[in-house]
Amino acid sequence: MFDSLSIHSVLHVLTVLLFPPLLLGVINRTKAMFGGRRGRPLLQTYFDLAKLLRKESVFSETTTWVFRFGPVVGLATALVAAMVVPLGHASAPLAFNGDVILFAYVLSLGRFFTMTAALDTGSAFEGMGAAREATFACLAEPVLFLGLLVLSRISSSLEMNALLGDAVARGWHASAAPLLLVAVCWFVVLLVENCRIPFDDPNTHLELTMIHEVMVLDHSGPAFGMIIYGAAIKLFVFVAMIVNLVLPFRTGNSLLDWIVFLLGTLFVAVLVGTVESVMARLKMAEIPKLLIGAGVVSLFAVILLLSYP
Amino acid sequence: MSNLLLDPGLVIALLLNFYILTVTSLKEVIYAVALQGALLGLLYPVAHTGFSMADRAGSLDAVTGVRLLGLTVAIVAIKGWLIPRFLLRAMRVADVRSSLTSTIGVIPPLLMGGIGTALAIVFARSLPMAEQHVSHLPIPAALATAVCGFLVLCTRREALGQVLGYIVLENGIFIFGLLLIEAVPIMVELGIVLDLFVGVFVMGIIFNHVSRAFPEASVEHLSNLKE
Repeated sequence: MFDSLSIHSVLHVLTVLLFPPLLLGVINRTKAMFGGRRGRPLLQTYFDLAKLLRKESVFSETTTWVFRFGPVVGLATALVAAMVVPLGHASAPLAFNGDVILFAYVLSLGRFFTMTAALDTGSAFEGMGAAREATFACLAEPVLFLGLLVLSRISSSLEMNALLGDAVARGWHASAAPLLLVAVCWFVVLLVENCRIPFDDPNTHLELTMIHEVMVLDHSGPAFGMIIYGAAIKLFVFVAMIVNLVLPFRTGNSLLDWIVFLLGTLFVAVLVGTVESVMARLKMAEIPKLLIGAGVVSLFAVILLLSYP
Repeated sequence: MSNLLLDPGLVIALLLNFYILTVTSLKEVIYAVALQGALLGLLYPVAHTGFSMADRAGSLDAVTGVRLLGLTVAIVAIKGWLIPRFLLRAMRVADVRSSLTSTIGVIPPLLMGGIGTALAIVFARSLPMAEQHVSHLPIPAALATAVCGFLVLCTRREALGQVLGYIVLENGIFIFGLLLIEAVPIMVELGIVLDLFVGVFVMGIIFNHVSRAFPEASVEHLSNLKE
């Protein structure tokens, strides 16, 4: 029992450390295929990271320690969040009662430091990006929490392991509709939290329309590498939550469970790439509408679940 | 069995409410309302067989079956095809703007719709239900849809938007009707649908007059009309 647990923990940590940049590659490859191009290599993000880590960071003289702190905290918080979410039907290495709250707020903490680092540069564009990020994060957080509320009601627990564990499989039998709504709303959260189209374009080169990208314009070298790596891990965390939600069924073989899980994350990445290929970016004013719509739908999911006798 | 189809159908209808409250493109709202109406029309036989099976564990005779089928086709055709066609035609003929505006913005009605739906579900739990009502969802769905329709009716500036709110309101009443299928004769049901159609028709005529008198069909002009 102890052995299998520790093997799972090792596998968990290795997956979190090595797997996430591949998702970005898959998304890019999907977009390239929709555009009729061959696209960049699947492992390009790894090469980018290696290149950035070899470079030298340039820091503006007007910035303070807050600016240097931003990428570090961003990466650290993403890693902590990734340790809380169970992967491949094995329990997460970091688990205690109430870690749901830790999960949500550790991500907020990372965002807070990214935003303060952006504000620290004193650039007008970066301030604008930070303001947008804060606005959209405020609207996305209730969606995440209402979804967690649905799951914690189904599993009657506040621990991520139980929340995204076997209880979900039982939940799909008893109350499929709220879970389906939560899955859809979390996909919206995934897109907004990870700055994907239709909320933000990760490839844009126009500061006026940027949200997340504009906040990290002044970072370079290893610091920028940490930001990209942290963003990939954050994407992986949200994808993992959705896969846990949609594919909660065990195959019986724990190795097979892991393979199914990883294939599931790749499928969600393809889905994200498809959404990015077929949708245009929303107007800035439309984004709050969509996010509040997702919030209302999640609220509806909670109420619907409570209404079941 | 009916629960299996009825509940998801009603959940989709409720989600369409939120969609109708959010979307500002007139065409999309018309399509959404049409979809909701057609969906409810399709739920009609589901609810009917469900209740009758619960009642007398049994078989539908041929006459009832044919009447049921005919009525379903009629409801789906009127709600899902005739009324939207009429509205789209009115939109084209009167040359209205293709977007709806709201007097209090888009987000407040959406939030109110969400809260209204929550309250409807909470309130409906306190209502006593007859035994043959296999599902707990129709009453809250009916109340919530009526509330959302009322919100659209109150907040949209354009006459066409208000007509659409009226149709959503009627859809809510129609869901209530699903519960009473055993008690209400078929002719009454059909009468309600026809009433709706006449209502939309009359509103369409008024609306045409408004748009003829004013460059745009905003009901705010109506407060300035002289006798």
